[in-house]
Amino acid sequence: MLITCPYCGPRDVIEFTYQGDGNRERPQPASQDLDAWNAYVYDRLNPAGDHNEIWQHSGGCRAHLRVVRNTITHEILSTAFARGGHKAEGRS
Amino acid sequence: MAEQQLPERQSPLEPDYHPGSHGNFEHGVDVILSETRPGSILQLAAWPGEEKRLIEIIRKVTGLTLPDGAGGGTSSGARAVFGFAPGKFTVVDEAEGLAAAFAGVITPAIGTLTDLSHGRTAIRIAGPKAEWVMAKFFAIDFALPAFPLGAGRSTNHHDIFAQIQRTGADQFDIYVFRSFARSFWKALCHASEEVGYEVQ
Ligand SMILES: [Zn+2]
Repeated sequence: MLITCPYCGPRDVIEFTYQGDGNRERPQPASQDLDAWNAYVYDRLNPAGDHNEIWQHSGGCRAHLRVVRNTITHEILSTAFARGGHKAEGRS
Repeated sequence: MAEQQLPERQSPLEPDYHPGSHGNFEHGVDVILSETRPGSILQLAAWPGEEKRLIEIIRKVTGLTLPDGAGGGTSSGARAVFGFAPGKFTVVDEAEGLAAAFAGVITPAIGTLTDLSHGRTAIRIAGPKAEWVMAKFFAIDFALPAFPLGAGRSTNHHDIFAQIQRTGADQFDIYVFRSFARSFWKALCHASEEVGYEVQ
């Protein structure tokens, strides 16, 4: 599986670290909304198809990326720097 | 800095650094390995939006003009610079003291300066089979059109992080953590045996 880093170009998946589901909405740190925190920690869409994900190019430029990956085929549909918002165009 | 009494820096490669020809060199030496031992290895980072100002500072201090684009770089012999991450650059000088030259001009509003002169080891691989040996180590494209002269790349070899700059058509400078440098060096020597190598 290759992921195309917006800085480094196509690299083997071994250079990347999965940072989790890109659909999570982290509540404000002071939030006391337990449902919101519960959803942030536990609720996952787990789609069979396109999925918003956060990856880090930990073995390269170390940038955090938002990636849309198809969970069935492992096709990488898009990559972008995570800076500037984590929502990508995959199913959410 | 020359007037200061600086302690002589020891090489982490020293116990396994054996000048001379090695491996399968009966039909010629196809790569030359050496430690370049630069006096200064710096990491410069710009805050978002400050990259152009930092590039201008690099030009003023070193005389090196960074080309546009990710991983762009250039070298002049004594000095080298290349991008290794968004807004981040490695700057190298044969002489010590380059950090002092940058210290006053990279203000906190522009970015940061980290002196890695004692934290990295610089290894040079040169020769007609340099691309071949490098391609066994790193899963990136070393062909000249994909990895142009002066350009830099961040990658790793079995979890040993490496920054690589192409400093010649058949020459690469590899920067690795000093603590991993001897292990990396030994692996590089083994990988070079099949083509015949000389340590200078
Ligand atoms: Zn990258």
